[in-house]
Amino acid sequence: MVEVDVRGQSCPIPVLRVKDAIEQNPGEPVKVITDCHDSYENVSQLARNKKMSIEESADGDDLILVLKPA
Amino acid sequence: MRKDYIWVIVAGAVIGALAVVLVKLGNPANMGFCIACFERDIAGALGLYNWEKPPLMIRYLRPEIIGIVLGAFITAVAFREFKPLGGSAPATRFMLGMFVMIGALAFLGCPLRMMLRLAGGDLNALIALIGFIVGAAIGVLFLRKGYDLGRTQRQGRLDGYILPAFMLLLLILLVFRVQFVEGGPILMSPKGHPGGEGSLVGFGLGVLISLIAGLLVGFFAQRARFCTVGSIRDFLLFRSTYLLAGAIALFVVVLAGNLLLGDFHLGFANQPIAHTAHLWNFAGLMLVGIGSVLLGGCPLRQLVLTGNGNTDSAVSVFGMLAGAAFAHNYGLASVTYENMWGQVVVVIGIIAVIIVAWINCRK
Repeated sequence: MVEVDVRGQSCPIPVLRVKDAIEQNPGEPVKVITDCHDSYENVSQLARNKKMSIEESADGDDLILVLKPA
Repeated sequence: MRKDYIWVIVAGAVIGALAVVLVKLGNPANMGFCIACFERDIAGALGLYNWEKPPLMIRYLRPEIIGIVLGAFITAVAFREFKPLGGSAPATRFMLGMFVMIGALAFLGCPLRMMLRLAGGDLNALIALIGFIVGAAIGVLFLRKGYDLGRTQRQGRLDGYILPAFMLLLLILLVFRVQFVEGGPILMSPKGHPGGEGSLVGFGLGVLISLIAGLLVGFFAQRARFCTVGSIRDFLLFRSTYLLAGAIALFVVVLAGNLLLGDFHLGFANQPIAHTAHLWNFAGLMLVGIGSVLLGGCPLRQLVLTGNGNTDSAVSVFGMLAGAAFAHNYGLASVTYENMWGQVVVVIGIIAVIIVAWINCRK
């Protein structure tokens, strides 16, 4: 699984990085690690736009999203 | 309409409606909100620019700004989103904040006021909008090339409280009308705000109404992640219409309000608090557009982010206060064709922010 760590990155770089990862690895799930609620919302929105499913979990202070192609 | 767009559309509509109301209660025309002008007013009230000289209209500890920060802060805490993060190129961000302020004051308005001016029929704002879009597009170009100011780190809790606490202090200074020097700071313009001369309400009520308006903007903008430059940036980058929907909602509500109240006057000439130097209206907001993309959000978004605990945004807000002080001390505001230094500094600003963008590209 591709992993994208966007912790500490400010808008809109997290979405940009995740979008690149999705496009460079078509058909593969992408794991996103973020530490900021805004990035979490923005990445979720991107996933919904791409019709991907979202699995969420928390790891201490960080939020983890696993985006899977439909 | 998509369900997840509701927050941002409501946010845009509420901010627009409040802007119309605040103008009726005493804020200057087409200036229900202006983040740049109001931060400049705060710098003026604090005496950060030559306070012995006129103009006196631009000195007031704006409760709107205080409210936006405190509203966003309370919301972030309530929703457990408050998290002190910072340390991503603070000195660069201070400088970007300064130049964003100087660009905004060259035009006489932040991107939010540009939209309010446009909704009031001020076509100079249309020229500025084109400049703003060009600026945002330049910023997007660098984002595509890997522009990145580096990662933030978790900061101590206190660091995240600094700017909200500073705003609380300003509120105390305003409410108790503290004066440090006779005839000097804390200064207050006699009019141009709710509670001032000629306003429908008295001082106390004026402060309260402006503060509540700010708190509401802080709440809605925090929930919706409302951002003027983001609306253009995200559309150019991702074809995302989320933030754009909020900006359009704001414009439509203000336009409707102005038409209903007879405050819509189409044209270039004789617009309130505006000038017709097209090149500098364009260049001023082009500078704001590039700078705001590099900062990760427009001046309003910077205020809201400080409420989330973003200490980098706090640095950019302090940079904007400094920029306002320089702009008014050095006669850089309201750039017309006669105002040579204003022109020079706007051009220097555009060059400086492009250098910042270029050097921080990581591809």
